[in-house]
Amino acid sequence: MYIDPHVHMVSRNTDDYVRMARAGCVAITEPAFWAGYDRSSPQGFFDYFRQLTEFEPRRAAQYGIRHHTWLCINPKEAEDPVFAREVIGLIPGFLEKRNVLGIGEIGLNKNSRNELEILEAHLQLASDHGLLVLVHTPHLEDKLKGTRLILDAIRRFPKLDAGRVLIDHVEEHTAKLVLDRGFWCGMTLYPDTKCTPQRAVDIIECYGSERIWMNSAGDWGHSDPIAVPKAQMEMRRRGHLESLVRKVTFENPERFLSQSGRFSAEPLRPTAPDITR
Amino acid sequence: MSEAPTNAACPMNRTQVVDAYFMEHRARILDLAAFLDRVDRAGPGADDFRMQAFRAALSILGDGKPERARRVLELLSDPGTEPVAKAGMKGATGAHDPKAGKA
Repeated sequence: MYIDPHVHMVSRNTDDYVRMARAGCVAITEPAFWAGYDRSSPQGFFDYFRQLTEFEPRRAAQYGIRHHTWLCINPKEAEDPVFAREVIGLIPGFLEKRNVLGIGEIGLNKNSRNELEILEAHLQLASDHGLLVLVHTPHLEDKLKGTRLILDAIRRFPKLDAGRVLIDHVEEHTAKLVLDRGFWCGMTLYPDTKCTPQRAVDIIECYGSERIWMNSAGDWGHSDPIAVPKAQMEMRRRGHLESLVRKVTFENPERFLSQSGRFSAEPLRPTAPDITR
Repeated sequence: MSEAPTNAACPMNRTQVVDAYFMEHRARILDLAAFLDRVDRAGPGADDFRMQAFRAALSILGDGKPERARRVLELLSDPGTEPVAKAGMKGATGAHDPKAGKA
């Protein structure tokens, strides 16, 4: 049994839901993401937020998986602050949807001033509404600098409790930085550009199992929606206790996400498809 | 040979680690060797910033000191501390280009 706390199911097909359910996935959370192209209007985001809060939970439920989501404009589309602020203005209208856990995945992509401005606008929204925050850290050569900028930015919002903020996509050079400041951290299991299951388990061995989780971040790119159970296998292969496997792939995400008051990983009987739609 | 980090908690002993992972990483080191051969066979030319960083990273692998993964990642990272004026592109190249736009 496991939770995948970061996966972009709008980019995946129903066969992936089947594979995830068979591998033991009981609950997921889906942060708002870049579609691979820039949307041409805020209305495009309105439709996307409806997909995340209405359609996708129904689709997941057909496979016995509980679906939750996070809303934002992703940093990849934050270079136009006027546009981005229009999108942010849509978010309060969706906060009452029952599967919305908080604001995410916000953060930085290329560490630009505009991205930072929009990150701070999201942080203000989360602070004002007392929401959980899921933060994307930049890719590859931009990650270390971006992580530092993000941690400094969050510190400017004293109402945001570090224990309610998860900094995602950490690797060997950023995990300690995040944990030492009291934040939660996520490791993303990607075939090429983030952590392999082996390296993720190495990081747990080096930095411990407190305030840390693993996710697949499966999306429209080269990614693997059943990467978390593969990391579970890696832990078992090394002889780690089953209690540790359960802690980092179920109990830790459940503990962090339950702070939202809306998260559930309780067993869900698969529902029939809604044939009227 | 360097000492393992003192906070490591892998349940396997050294022999078990080698037994479990040697073949997988034998294949990977051959991939690295073949990649460098391929670059050479592709014809003359200077290394760009990515290959310069790549070769520097290889030297870390053989230096006998701990935390190689962290140090390789830091070597490949932008060492700057200030935001850039504008995001020139959405993607990343995998290594820091010292000639890239400054803040």
